[in-house]
Amino acid sequence: MSQSFTPNEMMTVAAARALTNEDVCFVGIGAPSAACNLARQTHAPDIVLIYESGTLETRPNVLPLSIGDGELCETALTTVPVPEMFRYWLQGGRITTGFLGGAQIDRYANLNTTVVGPYEKPSVRLPGGGGAPEIATSCGQIFITMAHSKRAFVEKIDFFTSLGHGEGGDSRKKLGVTTKGPTKVMTDLCVMEPDEKTKELTVVSLHPGVTKEQVSAATGWQIKFAANVIETPAPTETELKVLRELHARTKAAHGGNA
Amino acid sequence: MAQFLKLSEAIEANVKDGDAVAMEGFTHLIPFAAGHEIIRQKRKRLSLIRMTPDLIYDQLIGMGCAERMTFSWGGNPGVGSLHRFRDAYQNGWPNKLEIVEHSHAAMANAYDAAAAGLPFAVFRGYRGAELPRVNPSIKEVICPYTGEKLATVPAVKLDVAIIHAQKADRKGNVLLEGIVGVQKEAVLAAKRSVVTVEEIVDELNPPSPNSVVLPGWTVKAVVQVPGGAHPSYAHGYYKRDNAFYKAWDDIARERDTFTAWMDENVLRKGPEVFAAHAKKAA
Repeated sequence: MSQSFTPNEMMTVAAARALTNEDVCFVGIGAPSAACNLARQTHAPDIVLIYESGTLETRPNVLPLSIGDGELCETALTTVPVPEMFRYWLQGGRITTGFLGGAQIDRYANLNTTVVGPYEKPSVRLPGGGGAPEIATSCGQIFITMAHSKRAFVEKIDFFTSLGHGEGGDSRKKLGVTTKGPTKVMTDLCVMEPDEKTKELTVVSLHPGVTKEQVSAATGWQIKFAANVIETPAPTETELKVLRELHARTKAAHGGNA
Repeated sequence: MAQFLKLSEAIEANVKDGDAVAMEGFTHLIPFAAGHEIIRQKRKRLSLIRMTPDLIYDQLIGMGCAERMTFSWGGNPGVGSLHRFRDAYQNGWPNKLEIVEHSHAAMANAYDAAAAGLPFAVFRGYRGAELPRVNPSIKEVICPYTGEKLATVPAVKLDVAIIHAQKADRKGNVLLEGIVGVQKEAVLAAKRSVVTVEEIVDELNPPSPNSVVLPGWTVKAVVQVPGGAHPSYAHGYYKRDNAFYKAWDDIARERDTFTAWMDENVLRKGPEVFAAHAKKAA
């Protein structure tokens, strides 16, 4: 290991590595946006990035704060109206990989970004689903990035904002959904993949220095580990350099004196 | 044919208490100046519709203008929560707020259907999602050709649409550029529409035959308000004030800091203050 890095950087790097040069990616704000642009600026220069504000093939130089920052439109091949984005491009099945996150996730990678507590009388009203309900079912596959904690990785989510693997097994198929759903969950501690049959999330890779006990302690259910858990390769110098420069440019662009 | 009015006249004439109002703009071209005018004119019981409520509806809700909000993502983009929306929904301050919640795909389709004069929109959506349980307007149909089960939502019903655009010419033809969201659909769906613009020009000169142009006869009122989309942005004019979006988190967190800010920056001011933002980044 040549350099030290933060758990968050490891999460972003792990997510970036999961993307390929052939992907057409529906990008969300935050960690997904960092991961997708890191991939574009390292091993996947031709990856197609699409943001739901309508920007197709965008190549932002700084990370957007909102899903519709001017930077996205200015660096895009073209910008389409929002109904077209959701109808032709997402629903039309043209996206290979969608990125999601959430406030809560369960063992089958179903996500909640709507409420903590009951819907009508929530203890915390969250922003809601936005594009997620249809991203979850229309993209070829879904990657999820979330910080790992007991508050987020829960036995039972309070609201089913978007479908993961439902109740496990062939839940998606039974609902008439033909896409793969979540295939990877990247956290700041590990990488998980759904079990082939049961679809329950299983740890396949632990980030450097992270123990199984740490992951178990940060998960609200009895988390399972694959037979041969590997260590996630640490971020390379190049990955860290590109990611940090991206964040530095972003900070300079959005900083201001609020 | 579009009328050229002052902002106060345009809002007075077109926005009534109890109206269904969409003030659209997908993070871009959000009509903040018009929103502030509605607050100054103390409109009540509005049914607000917007995909991403953003700070503009946080302000209207916190000032007691709204009784219902139809939306699909209610946060401060990249920052966090809309505190005034949360306070209204969770605690009923300053009044109770009813919500009608959808996904983005549903809202975009509902605007599209309304612009097309259809009663409802059909799309492949909400599969395995819980919103249909809490929003009874989400239903399904069986495709008569393939047998596929599809989601439906009613078309958006609007009394008035309010948008901000880059330019209008003297006939009231309006040019929109950049991220164009659902503004065209909202204007065509509404009984009345108010468009604020950065500039009024002699010749619109659309940059391409495919530019997004709303003909003047589809628009009720045009008002020139330079900077009128601040703190969102106007492509080709000024950038999104991301620092203000971050600052709003603290301003809106508590009722008293919010009220003080609104009093100083909205109630005691007029639309002319927006011009400073138009100039700043030009």
